[in-house]
Amino acid sequence: MSTEFPLWEVFIRGQHGLAHRHVGSLHAPDAELALKSARDVYTRRNEGVSIWVVPSSAIAALDPSEAEQNFAPSESKIYRHPTFFDIPEDVGAM
Amino acid sequence: MYAQMVESGQAGTSDQDKAFQDKIDRNVRIEPRDWMPEGYRKTLIRQISQHAHSEIVGQLPEGNWITRAPSLQRKAILLAKVQDEAGHGLYLYCAAETLGVSRDELTEQLLSGKAKYSSIFNYPTLTWADVGMIGWLVDGAAIMNQVPLQRCSYGPYSRAMIRVCKEESFHQRQGFDIVRALVEGTEDQKAMAQDALNRWWWPAIMMFGPPDADSTHSEQSMKWGIKLNSNDELRQKFVDQTVPQAEWLGLTLPDPDLKWNEDRQSYDFGTPDWDEFFNVIKGNGICNRERLDARNKAWDDGAWFREGLMAHAEKTTKQNIAAE
Repeated sequence: MSTEFPLWEVFIRGQHGLAHRHVGSLHAPDAELALKSARDVYTRRNEGVSIWVVPSSAIAALDPSEAEQNFAPSESKIYRHPTFFDIPEDVGAM
Repeated sequence: MYAQMVESGQAGTSDQDKAFQDKIDRNVRIEPRDWMPEGYRKTLIRQISQHAHSEIVGQLPEGNWITRAPSLQRKAILLAKVQDEAGHGLYLYCAAETLGVSRDELTEQLLSGKAKYSSIFNYPTLTWADVGMIGWLVDGAAIMNQVPLQRCSYGPYSRAMIRVCKEESFHQRQGFDIVRALVEGTEDQKAMAQDALNRWWWPAIMMFGPPDADSTHSEQSMKWGIKLNSNDELRQKFVDQTVPQAEWLGLTLPDPDLKWNEDRQSYDFGTPDWDEFFNVIKGNGICNRERLDARNKAWDDGAWFREGLMAHAEKTTKQNIAAE
């Protein structure tokens, strides 16, 4: 069996101004064919108006087993949410 | 179903295993780099890859009719439908690969006959009405199974199922529409639809796998949240949904034991020929050899092209590096 095509991650931006979003992955020999395949595999029903492809090997990710430490600092800072503050009703919209 | 009789691994008894089961019970999705028991990983690889192989092999019976579809519109619709099946296979292969198996390994398992695919695709499509039956019955049965799998415990599988389900309803409706056009046509066309239904009904019923009493692998898979309903449960649901549709079409289901059960508020129905099912699973169905030969031929005939694409990609990369 010959060499397997490398894996690419596919990101698509829909029509309504949202950011590119990860939709899945695919195998392709190079970026050009990865883009063409991504169009065929992930946008058969007008799902997007823009496609990014990134070699999967280029993605760095946090270790999921360290998620607790990594995300703990934000848990104790509830004052970052506007609902933390009590605003009297007669102050009006804020 | 698209994955039938998937051999299930064993759960361990370590603290890690218990924490894992607890996560599943709390409905927390398992993601690729999370710790998971080997049995869970292996069972999922078998299940997802069997599902993927079914999508890929499933293109063959319908592909058989693309060039002979009765109108340009039917041809365009069938082409789009078969292209979807290829897409579904690709989503699923990628989901399986997140578990640490390579695409080439998966392909090799299909081509060598080591991996299974759904029994249903080993039946021939003899007439245009068969294409309608596949959409209406086979995709209809598949939806029954795939809708709950959107909530399965493994993130990438669940996400693939969400994409698949969005597209699957088109498949069932285009099939129903083909059958409807036939039953509203001439006597011969209606007879063609009835003949196709007579041949596809029991194989569709058997898609859900053996009766629960004989389904040895279900319990652990259900605990792990990768099988969400029992075979008999889904089969009953399928029958209850399909009988009124057949009546609407004016077609007769080939089951003398089929009748409404007022107490259960469900249809009673007969027992399929399970010997036939196991025989097809073993590789002795009408089209098993033809299907595998077709996949092997496509893989072998495409080898020079895949190699050429890789050679071109490597050459362009080198040129780009040299130019920088």
